[in-house]
Amino acid sequence: MAKFEPVLFARIQKNDSQALAGYRADGGYAALKKALGMAPADVTTMVKDSALRGRGGAGFPCGLKWTFLPKDHPGPIYLAVNADESEPGTFNNRILMEEDPHQLLEGIAIACHAIKSNTAYIYLRYEYGRSYRVLDAAIKECYAAGLLGKNILGTGFNLDVHLHRGAAAYICGEETGLIESLEGKRAWPRIKPPFPAVEGLFRKPTIVNNVETLCCVTHIVYRGVEWFKSMGVPPDPNNPRDPGSYGPKLYCVSGHVNKPTCVELPMGVTARELIDEHAGGVWKGRKAKAVVPGGISMGFLSAAELDTPLDFAGPGKAGCLGLGTAAVVVVDDHTSMVEVLYNCCRFMSHESCGQCTPCREGTSWMTRILERIRTGNGKVEDLDLLMEVAGSMGIIPGTTICGLSDGAAWPVKNAIQKFRGEFEEFIRTGQKLRGPAEALMAAH
Amino acid sequence: MPKATVNNQVIEFDASEQLNCIQAAKKIGFEVPHYCWHPELSVVASCRMCLVEVGDTKPDGTVVMQPKLVPGCQTPVKEGTVVLADSPKVKAAQAATLEYLLLNHPLDCPTCDQAGECGLQDYSYKYGRGYSRLQEPKNQKPDKDHIGEQITLFTDRCIMCTRCVRFTREISGTAELFVTHRGTKEEIDVFPGEPCDNKLAGNVVDLCPVGALCSKDFLYEQRVWWLNSAKSVCPNCSTGCSITVDQNEDVVYRLKPRENPQAQGHFMCDEGRFGWKYQQREDRLAYPEQREAGRVVSYGWDDILPALRKQLQSTKGDRIGALLSPWMTVEEAYLLASFLTEISEHVRLAVAPAAIVGSDDRYPKDFRGQPLEPTKFTIRAEKAPNARGVDAVLKHFAKSPLTMSDLLAQASSGKLDALYLVGGDPNGWITAQQADAVKKVPLVVVQDILPSAVSPLAQYLLPGGTFAERDGVFVNHAGLAQEIHRAVRCPEGARPDGRILWDLSGRPGLFNAAQLRKEIAAQIPALAALHAGKLGDCGVWLSEGKTPSPPVTHLAGANR
Repeated sequence: MAKFEPVLFARIQKNDSQALAGYRADGGYAALKKALGMAPADVTTMVKDSALRGRGGAGFPCGLKWTFLPKDHPGPIYLAVNADESEPGTFNNRILMEEDPHQLLEGIAIACHAIKSNTAYIYLRYEYGRSYRVLDAAIKECYAAGLLGKNILGTGFNLDVHLHRGAAAYICGEETGLIESLEGKRAWPRIKPPFPAVEGLFRKPTIVNNVETLCCVTHIVYRGVEWFKSMGVPPDPNNPRDPGSYGPKLYCVSGHVNKPTCVELPMGVTARELIDEHAGGVWKGRKAKAVVPGGISMGFLSAAELDTPLDFAGPGKAGCLGLGTAAVVVVDDHTSMVEVLYNCCRFMSHESCGQCTPCREGTSWMTRILERIRTGNGKVEDLDLLMEVAGSMGIIPGTTICGLSDGAAWPVKNAIQKFRGEFEEFIRTGQKLRGPAEALMAAH
Repeated sequence: MPKATVNNQVIEFDASEQLNCIQAAKKIGFEVPHYCWHPELSVVASCRMCLVEVGDTKPDGTVVMQPKLVPGCQTPVKEGTVVLADSPKVKAAQAATLEYLLLNHPLDCPTCDQAGECGLQDYSYKYGRGYSRLQEPKNQKPDKDHIGEQITLFTDRCIMCTRCVRFTREISGTAELFVTHRGTKEEIDVFPGEPCDNKLAGNVVDLCPVGALCSKDFLYEQRVWWLNSAKSVCPNCSTGCSITVDQNEDVVYRLKPRENPQAQGHFMCDEGRFGWKYQQREDRLAYPEQREAGRVVSYGWDDILPALRKQLQSTKGDRIGALLSPWMTVEEAYLLASFLTEISEHVRLAVAPAAIVGSDDRYPKDFRGQPLEPTKFTIRAEKAPNARGVDAVLKHFAKSPLTMSDLLAQASSGKLDALYLVGGDPNGWITAQQADAVKKVPLVVVQDILPSAVSPLAQYLLPGGTFAERDGVFVNHAGLAQEIHRAVRCPEGARPDGRILWDLSGRPGLFNAAQLRKEIAAQIPALAALHAGKLGDCGVWLSEGKTPSPPVTHLAGANR
């Protein structure tokens, strides 16, 4: 295979990649000009035909989502850009926003044209200070250059983009939690229906798209559907509900690797290839014990499953929740899975919004059980209890409003299913793990 | 009529009913357990107690069930909907949810006011697993005595149903309560210095399905299983909220709203909820007195009532005046008016005006305090329970009823030889100046519950009962006639007004309000709707004479 030429990341190594002048010199905003020359419905059709799936985690077909908007709505219709990138191990949106903000803004403008929206909100993760400053400057440049505001490029299209710093919680990245937070409320995900496309921000039709998704829109419009579908994985012919996994994807690789990285590759690269060829292999000459395929809420691949292709369907076939954000976190064979799982559970119980009973209490309970196990007071039966708790929460069994608790349950399910021997041995042999503070003391 | 099935039983419903699964199950008498859902509040579907299985009937008659559990509160029931609310899958989910809810619950039922009427207790017995598998320490959260003047919060008992938060946002519009922290550390709280003291604040205690929000007034006063409840009507304004009067051994401990869509809905105001304490005032009129020349000559009902009857009967009819009170029941007004008009049709009958305080206060309100449509609850400016009912009686007996000031003017100008004054308004119904007017009347009878400016002037002082001590009917502002029932006995020597007037009239036997209503209905066309005697829990409309349909939304757990 010929060496893949990055598209989304084409400009990030350049000097001054954030400036409008440079972006235009590289052909920037040509896609917007092209899109504004098309009817909105045609842009939507184009995105739909490209089979672009949302890059935020759920992988919902982007064009299809746009068609859920009510027909002939008098407006306003809103676009909310989900830049609340909080999934552990995920940092691709951050690079896009910090290094090439105009690529995103162009995608926003094209999407707004397609969905007939004149207002877009970028809901930016609070902790992303540099992203805020870069985007803020880029938005100002666009207003000054007539690329945002009234009568964009002389076409009569108006668009205002508001940059909103988030409320610093994981749940703000959930589509409807984001909308609530944007309205100034506590980010408690809403019950559906109604879905945001029908009744979202300020009770108006709203499309929520991820940063990387919108960057892809820019290139689909510019380079065409064929280009986008020339890479990736076609649908499984045996699964009529599989829309395929086309296009380029930004894979984040972190954890116990020699060279943590974020790399753009066609959909469907294997975990092994990512680790060995793009991240310099597992560190210290060790082997991978477990690999998170797409943010910790997706669960774990075992060492035997490293050849799983990381497209939208691949991790699911290996028992994971899905591709998620394609954030690969490598765990080496010197690391205790008890500690890894404890860390996952601690994060999820800290971030549970507390609305639905099973998630609020279940995430915390699982953390406490693991805390007990890791301090040497576990019992083998605790593993069954963990599996039972994990199995009773989430939108998959139907016991919660949003998917956070599916994401909290999956690492538990995967870890105990795939590494049960290690857990049992840990408990039987009465091992103890040091707390973070003790570990720090021991290191000095 | 659309049809659906719940637990394999067919239900029929009107398409306009917009039932959810909880309400649909109620139609077959099946309770779907729930905490966060309340018919008057927005649906949040967060407690996950009401999970059910649902499916649709396809045109060919096959049933396709959804693979996931869904919250019954959030899921509408339509033509062909199939609801399974007692399947093994549902029961497993209920047990799991209850186990979660009880994980951090302190299980301090022995010291908890809610024990005995607690949603957690009831559902745990019915659906729970009986023991906790939590081996780690429970969360401990600080109790919050500062939630409101009347409200205290036992934070660790809270199950985060957020009913209270939604009530202050969606009904009272005051939004004092909110959720602070996140996840399992969540707590209900108020902002510093802004306690939950709105006019409807006490309702959050009723709405709380567990013992988290407690009434300071009732705190540690009684175990609820010692309480007996009498169905009654709040007398404090003309809305006539349906309530229960909860008592033990003749002591009233609390009033609670009782759901009645025709009267007020689900709630009651704090003015009514806490405004009954005059019932326990130490200066309540407790003994009947007959006075001559300022000296009490008898304290015995058996002497007083025949003597009074004789004296009134020997007075010239057009020189007898009587002032009725809008705090009387229909029966009491009827007994007094019919007794006096039997003496003479020329007796001068008047009714005291109902006190008007401010203007009607309508809810829900928005956050600016502006009332929103449609109105769900009103605190009325008219501070009397039965102005309509007494008026209807009076109009029947008096061709031209007088006003209170007319009657007092006649008294002060010496046109009356006997004046029968009925009080009953605990906030006072006669001023000292007005009381002066009666000094010229040789025979003054005062029937009241509390001392007033006129009670020292009475030749006959007849201590009556408060609403909690009487049986009868109040007619609210809209013409809804509702029964009140005696919850406790009057103070020692006092008697319920109906009994006083029955005996005064010389009627044989005992006063029985329901029996008397049949007579009233036959006599007074405007009150014909009372013909059944017993009016049911929700009362009857005077105008239509129909018994209102019982509330479809009412469930055991809906309004704890």
